[in-house]
Amino acid sequence: MSTLLIIKIVIILVVFGITLLIAMYSTYLERKVAAVMQDRIGPDRAGPWGLLQPLADAGKMFFKEDFIPKQSEKWLFIFGPGIAMFTACMTGAIIPWGGTVTMFGETFNLQIADIDIGILYIMGFVSIGVYGIMIGGWASNNKYSLYGAVRASSQMISYELAMGLAILAVVMTTGSLSLKDIVEAQKGGQWNVFYQPLAFLLFIVCAFAECNRAPFDMAECETELIGGYHTEYSSMKLGFFLFAEYINMFISSAVISVLFFGGYNFPFMYDLGLSANAITFIGVGVFFAKIIFFIFFFMWVRWTLPRFRYDQLMHLGWKSLIPLAILNLMITGGWQIFKDSF
Amino acid sequence: MLSYIFYILSGLTILTAIMMIAARNPVHSVLYLIITFFLISGQYLLMNAQFLFVVNIIVYAGAIMVLFLFVLMLLNLNKETEPQKSMKTKLAGVISGGLLLVNLLGALVKSNSSTESLPITDVGLVKNLGMVLFTDFVVPFEISSILFLAAMVGAVLVGKRHKGEMEAISE
Repeated sequence: MSTLLIIKIVIILVVFGITLLIAMYSTYLERKVAAVMQDRIGPDRAGPWGLLQPLADAGKMFFKEDFIPKQSEKWLFIFGPGIAMFTACMTGAIIPWGGTVTMFGETFNLQIADIDIGILYIMGFVSIGVYGIMIGGWASNNKYSLYGAVRASSQMISYELAMGLAILAVVMTTGSLSLKDIVEAQKGGQWNVFYQPLAFLLFIVCAFAECNRAPFDMAECETELIGGYHTEYSSMKLGFFLFAEYINMFISSAVISVLFFGGYNFPFMYDLGLSANAITFIGVGVFFAKIIFFIFFFMWVRWTLPRFRYDQLMHLGWKSLIPLAILNLMITGGWQIFKDSF
Repeated sequence: MLSYIFYILSGLTILTAIMMIAARNPVHSVLYLIITFFLISGQYLLMNAQFLFVVNIIVYAGAIMVLFLFVLMLLNLNKETEPQKSMKTKLAGVISGGLLLVNLLGALVKSNSSTESLPITDVGLVKNLGMVLFTDFVVPFEISSILFLAAMVGAVLVGKRHKGEMEAISE
């Protein structure tokens, strides 16, 4: 086996591990953020500052009774959370976690695969992700679950459009679909958020909707639908659904950082006189700091804004976001032609 | 190696396509159709047509089939609500399907059975495909986009409520 292959396998395992670890501690962070915002203390019993709380939660999830309703479609009921988890984990494969590293006589990128279709790969998995919720909700054979599933699917289709159009504007300014190229084009503080503020705004709103996070958590919507699509789920199947949401949040934060906030780039990265490897490792740290900030931002919004009503959600998606995204696309295109012709 | 993957993919595609027709439950049918789309996408990937692969997944498997599933879940069809076809319709279906099968078999037998594998090219990559679409095939491309626009306007027109309808609902 070549060294490069071993390095790639190690990167895959590390990315997978970090994804799960961050998703796990996001649950802890969510409770702590909620507690701070509501002037409470939050979890503080398991370990110092309640740091072992996610482990305790996982233990509880595993030991609960794994109940499959008699009237449900058994196999689809099991597949639902599986699909949700699978699609959530797969998207991490093309995120560029860092620059190039020279080690063990090899030069390699801290990225699992830099594929030609780049960002479209993520769009593909986002569009498949809805099946987990739909199949799970339908197979439960419960009206509340079905409502949750139907709401989730119409919401995700609606917001996928605006999301795609917002990404297209970024792709047009960079001239490449590859996330690696998009990050490299933002070197030296040339962050896309300064050039595409509207696209950023549209993208982050759509990211909230795609992750089913408040204020767009129509699919769950406890006050109206009990638990939405996961009403009938228990034990680790429920855990998978909840966990997939946190992984999606992590990946969304990573994509936001990559597309609009320069990914692993940081200001003055070449003026400090550091070696290439040191810059890369600091870059990875900076990238994760950006990701964690956006995860916090997701939670901040969740505990600040009330939930949308369903018709408001549809109006926002179709009548505000999509026209704005098309306008943004036209302005971007016009600017490109203007720039090239002079 | 690649031809083995091709045969496995093709076999699975045909199997899921048959399952789609054979499934009694319409939701199961749609799910089998989604798997079929994925397998066909796999064929695109085998030919190094990465853009077609991902577009097939985003558009067909990810958007259109979600709408299908959406409608079927809302209707909640089951055995009791399934319309019973009369014997005459069933007979007509069997005969016309059988004739199509004979036709296809005839074409297959007469066809030149030597297979030649196309060389794997880079034309399916996004950059090359874009170049080809916007230079050599720009006229068909524009015409098909006009077609889509017309279809979209038509859909909006069909979905729009007529003048008197709105008052009738609110009353």
